[in-house]
Amino acid sequence: MADGDTQVPELSFPLDIPCLKRGAMEGTKPFVAAPEHQAKLGYPGTLVPDWKERALAKMKELAEKNRAFQVYLDICVKCGACTDKCHYFLGTGDPKNMPVARQDLLRSVYRRYFTFAGKNFPWLVGARDLTEDVLHEWYSYYHQCSECRRCSVFCPYGIDTAEITMAAREILDSIGYGQKYSNEIIGKVHEIGNNLGLRPKALAATLEGLEEDIEDDTGVTVRLPLDEKGADILLITPSADFFAEPHIDGLIGYAKVFHEAGVSWTLSSYASEAANFGLFIGSYENMREVSLRIRKAAQDLGVKRIIFGECGHAWRVAYSFLNTLAGPFDFLDQNYPIPQHMLEFTWDEIQKGTLRLDPSRNDHIRLTYHDSCNVARASGMGDYPGGQFEIPRNVIKAVCNNYFDMDPDTIRESTLCCGGGGGLLTDDLMDLRVKGAAPRMKALQQVTDEHGVTHMAAICAICKTQFSKVMPKYGYEMDSILSIHQLVSNAIILTGQDTGGDAKDDDTEDAA
Amino acid sequence: MAYQVNGQTVEHDEEGYITTLSDWSRDLAEEIAKTENVNMTDEHWAVVDFLREYYDEYQIAPAVRVLIKAIAKQMGPEIGNNKYMYELFPYGPAKQACKIAGLPKPTGCV
Repeated sequence: MADGDTQVPELSFPLDIPCLKRGAMEGTKPFVAAPEHQAKLGYPGTLVPDWKERALAKMKELAEKNRAFQVYLDICVKCGACTDKCHYFLGTGDPKNMPVARQDLLRSVYRRYFTFAGKNFPWLVGARDLTEDVLHEWYSYYHQCSECRRCSVFCPYGIDTAEITMAAREILDSIGYGQKYSNEIIGKVHEIGNNLGLRPKALAATLEGLEEDIEDDTGVTVRLPLDEKGADILLITPSADFFAEPHIDGLIGYAKVFHEAGVSWTLSSYASEAANFGLFIGSYENMREVSLRIRKAAQDLGVKRIIFGECGHAWRVAYSFLNTLAGPFDFLDQNYPIPQHMLEFTWDEIQKGTLRLDPSRNDHIRLTYHDSCNVARASGMGDYPGGQFEIPRNVIKAVCNNYFDMDPDTIRESTLCCGGGGGLLTDDLMDLRVKGAAPRMKALQQVTDEHGVTHMAAICAICKTQFSKVMPKYGYEMDSILSIHQLVSNAIILTGQDTGGDAKDDDTEDAA
Repeated sequence: MAYQVNGQTVEHDEEGYITTLSDWSRDLAEEIAKTENVNMTDEHWAVVDFLREYYDEYQIAPAVRVLIKAIAKQMGPEIGNNKYMYELFPYGPAKQACKIAGLPKPTGCV
């Protein structure tokens, strides 16, 4: 579907509840994985003949293995608290995108085959047979959930709706009905080490080019080391940081911070990816295999610490699961968080006063901040609750003079998804992505109207790419989305840097 | 799913990227560009040629930044900049230009 066809939703406020449009997104679905993509992940290449039996067996296995999943299937009382909390529902009006309704596509089948009432009186309890139509409906609507978990925040029972989407995708994969975008990418990580398929030679050339750029801009030699044994810190960052805009400007920011902090660090060509799409498809095995690359790289390079760059779900996997998936990390220095977020590192350095910062270098920017869903709702930062909300803002305020929060119902733990998370950042879902971004875009328009906000920062590779694609639909330039470390990079004055005519810090000293 | 060029059939995937990279030819590039509503000028060709050279050496398309730097060096900064690249290739210098250059689609969070 060409994104030019999309009707951009017009909301009167960010959480405006739309008129219901039954079937509006019916048939919307991403490309199906090819047999070779499936094979690399250990799944059947195409839909197996006995798909129904195998899907039900998989559902049973998941319910037995993961008691939380079974509870989520059993416990929903249809209170309706979640109905208007999903950005895809708000943007599309399709009632099947109400979280409760989307979950019920699976729950109704579970009930039919695994509960007493559903087995005997299906018509009384909304239980339904698993048919081919139901299967295609699963494929469509479970790829219209970005697993952002905003609805879960409002569920009185604490049902983690993303777990149901993940289980549905795992069932689909297990019968040979996977999604091309996620599965092709996971295969590339297993084979080459990153989502892009960027090989060591290309990565080295890219990093060298960036070193030249920094030297041209600042007159200072700042290194971006690759595969350097004996470095103290291993930086694991999304491969989009090596490729896309504005991501790559963030990578330059990390390098400048490490340089000024005087620490030794390295990237790894073997573990050149922070993202872990194994999470998106609900596959523990694939998530583990991706994570183990990080462990191996850390051991081979002999580092003492692991730091993660700006990537939302990567930080969820790192913060919440890395130790279980690939631990124990007893070979690392236990005096530092394992793993640590780049923002924690930068904030520490700012507090120590190691970085010379001139926030007026960002005075052309009036900024707001989009809390990325996986960082906001599935992780932490620093050593206090809510650090994942405060530390990014602290860093922003240290490097940018004009900062404004968006509507409180759309930030922090209530943050809206960018519209491209959870394995949906693919061109074949552009219509959904544009519509799903509508609530966030409305919240942004509000701060533009009230405070003249020009730019938005994010700390997730998916958010950055998604916004650079959809913001033009909402009247913003594609470069209105920024990396936080891009702002840091703008503001930082390197030791020995020739600040030329725009040395604002000198002006400040004169004024003082 | 295939392009027809000079009496030959060239297979492509759901999104129009050719499946066998060695099938590429300059005539095919013109054909792909037509389906993308891109009118190939010298500037478009400079981008396509650079992408193919880079791919030959590195087996991947270059970062947008690397592409822009190279085009700026070759044709000047008024052409080698992000905005102009998107004017040439409205669906992005990475994805759309790769499609025309007969290279695989860049995957990942890009």
